[in-house]
Amino acid sequence: MQPLFERDSPLRGGVLVDETGKPPILEMRGMSKAFAGVHALEGVDFRAFAGEVMALLGENGAGKSTLMKILAGVYSADSGEMRFEGRSLELKGPRDAQARGISIIHQELNLVPELSIAENIFLGREPVHAGGRLDWKRLNKEASILLEGLGVKSRPDRRLGALTVGQQQMVEIAKAISFNSKIIVMDEPTGALTDTETESLFRVIRELRAAGKAVVYISHRLSEIFAVCDRATVLRDGRLVGERAVAELDEDAVIEMMVGRRLTEQYPRIDIEAGSARLSVEGLEGPRTKGASFEARAGEILGVTGLMGAGRTELALALFGALPVTKGRILLDGAPYRPRSPHEAIAAGIAYVSEDRKDLGLLLDLGVGENMTLPALRTFQGAFFSLSSSRERSKAREFIGRLQVKTTGPGQAVRNLSGGNQQKVSIAKGLVTAPRLLILDEPTRGVDVGAKKEIYNIMNELKRQGLAIMMLSSELAEILGMSDRVMVMHEGEVAGVFGREEATQERIMRLAIGIKEGAL
Amino acid sequence: MNKELSATIRPLIGLVILAAAVSILSPRFLSAGNLLNVLRQTSINAVIATGMTFVILTGGIDLSVGSVLAYCGAVMGALLATSLPLPASVTLVLLLGAAIGAVTGLVITKGGTQPFIATFVSMTLLRGATLVFTDGRPIAADAGPHADAFAYLGQGHFLGVPIPVYFMALVLALAFYVLRHTRLGRYVYAIGSNERAARLSGLRTSLVKTTVYAVSGTLAALAGIILTARLSSAQPTAGQGYELDAIAAVVIGGTTLSGGKGSILGTIVGALIIGVLNNGLNIMNVSSYYQMIAKGAVILVAILLDRRSED
Repeated sequence: MQPLFERDSPLRGGVLVDETGKPPILEMRGMSKAFAGVHALEGVDFRAFAGEVMALLGENGAGKSTLMKILAGVYSADSGEMRFEGRSLELKGPRDAQARGISIIHQELNLVPELSIAENIFLGREPVHAGGRLDWKRLNKEASILLEGLGVKSRPDRRLGALTVGQQQMVEIAKAISFNSKIIVMDEPTGALTDTETESLFRVIRELRAAGKAVVYISHRLSEIFAVCDRATVLRDGRLVGERAVAELDEDAVIEMMVGRRLTEQYPRIDIEAGSARLSVEGLEGPRTKGASFEARAGEILGVTGLMGAGRTELALALFGALPVTKGRILLDGAPYRPRSPHEAIAAGIAYVSEDRKDLGLLLDLGVGENMTLPALRTFQGAFFSLSSSRERSKAREFIGRLQVKTTGPGQAVRNLSGGNQQKVSIAKGLVTAPRLLILDEPTRGVDVGAKKEIYNIMNELKRQGLAIMMLSSELAEILGMSDRVMVMHEGEVAGVFGREEATQERIMRLAIGIKEGAL
Repeated sequence: MNKELSATIRPLIGLVILAAAVSILSPRFLSAGNLLNVLRQTSINAVIATGMTFVILTGGIDLSVGSVLAYCGAVMGALLATSLPLPASVTLVLLLGAAIGAVTGLVITKGGTQPFIATFVSMTLLRGATLVFTDGRPIAADAGPHADAFAYLGQGHFLGVPIPVYFMALVLALAFYVLRHTRLGRYVYAIGSNERAARLSGLRTSLVKTTVYAVSGTLAALAGIILTARLSSAQPTAGQGYELDAIAAVVIGGTTLSGGKGSILGTIVGALIIGVLNNGLNIMNVSSYYQMIAKGAVILVAILLDRRSED
């Protein structure tokens, strides 16, 4: 095994205690795992301490999920050893891991929406009366104790599906606590949370830490790492880059560890003269959209932001013909436009790249090339109704090159790509129809730092070509960094539009939470 | 191609093992005459299963094929008694099958019903319609000016090979081409893989799905024509349970019921497995009761193997 640690690493030379001399509750040493000959992990060391929050960082495909799946007993490692509470750890499967006190809260929650909160927490371990009848009283009582401890104000017999994502996450945490878990891994826990929900999640994490639990926190949002984590372990390309105390790090340093190069500027916005209005919307009404009026110009990025549920996506889907437009006027390059289906919207020159690339954007079983060409398949028509596979392939190769998609070729199934590369395929799918207006919904969600920058560069190139781009994003830094103008939505309405110079975090926030401009 | 071939390898090995077992147990199996018999017996199921493959690839199911077969077969028998030229009546019956399938497809897409329910309704309605139309009695298809030419479609041979086998080969080849090389084929896979994403990619998903049920209806009608020609009569109870044989052929061939994955090559192999099984059990004089048990067991094994390969 090659030396994986940097010179100043406390793990060097097999010394497995931290600066304070406290032994870790979990050690994973030399973990390797390959899938079909491709190394997902190569000799990675990882540890976690009781009463600390360990961040696990890395780009998509760095090996974070694989490492955590080994810890959860989902995969077994090809080599490497694990020690847990000082003893050697060999897992027979996920249930075994859970029984030993290792809980993982996945990005996609593992809950049953039709069951109650209490039933979800104790699924498979329900307390029963003698004779096997369910002891509902005890079930609900124990669940309410757990919920109270987490500060969740909800009755334990409520249907889980009626809860917000943030509350559901608390239920997952309650479940982990009910297993008396000593390690709780959270994979991108804030992805779908509102700011308040994120705050209460952080509070719970701090409480878990105070209670002596080891928390492993996986996130792409660096600000969160600095908010709640004590240490950070960074992986890159299946190898360990290093482990540091968060106090010693700043954002640039973390990014450098993750991507192996220092990103000079995170938002490579370019300045060009915006053209005329490509899209102008007047009084648009639809599901959740209330009287929206705005325009998007050629050669500009219109950032569209707002809180969760502000109706950004619904507005985009209405423009794209996927949700009905009930009222209002839309002009596309001056001509009236009223789409009844995505088919018509695409024909009119609009492309929409969904925020949910797995469910709404991509066809995961199909190949990279098949995905890219799908919306424009009629342009690849050959003789006898056949498709010209050579033209299709060369188009796919063109996009693979232009967007720098890391893939084995047009035939590779999209399912097997990393998140960032899937997102690029999704964008290619939007571009293949040569749109005039491109709507990007959360274009960098779940995408690693390196790919993010590449996506911004693609947006710049499209801007130069005179496309009108609407960038829907809930990440304020991204909105401020990339937009030429910023449109803020609040409860289905356009709360305001700022020019680049006027837009500040504070002004956007005020509009987003419903305070009218000027009112103090 | 490679992906498709490798997915077909498993059922293909199954077919070879099955054929080897049958030929050891009954040497008669491997005679040229019997092998042609197997192909002929397979042809009707293969034609129906081809349409079923389209439907299942979109994530749907078509339970109505047996009833469509019977209804279209009866109409074919009735048209034969008229002076209408044979090509015209055959075309009419095929169009009838397409129309029935399209209506079922519209009930699914525009009516927003589950394919299982909508095609179950078609299955029941059309079986009833067939019984009403025939008054519950077989329609003889051996009279009229075109009776001989018609009988040739089901009973004739060309170069020693039964005519239904040519129909099967033609249908399979066309379906293979459509699924692999045309837009419709790509759309079928896309919808089966993720219908909502397909719609947001600009596909007219309702149109494609309706088309797919029309294809299934057309091929069920063709199967009805072949069966009627073969028996020289249209039975009102014809085709009962055929939907299950067709679904079995598709599933044994490795196409997943959830859609998006599978191929016509697999369906060919699946239909042959069922054909060889039926034929082998017949020439070994196994009672039809036991035949059903054997068929169930083979389907079970195929599905279990398929699940294993997905893990």
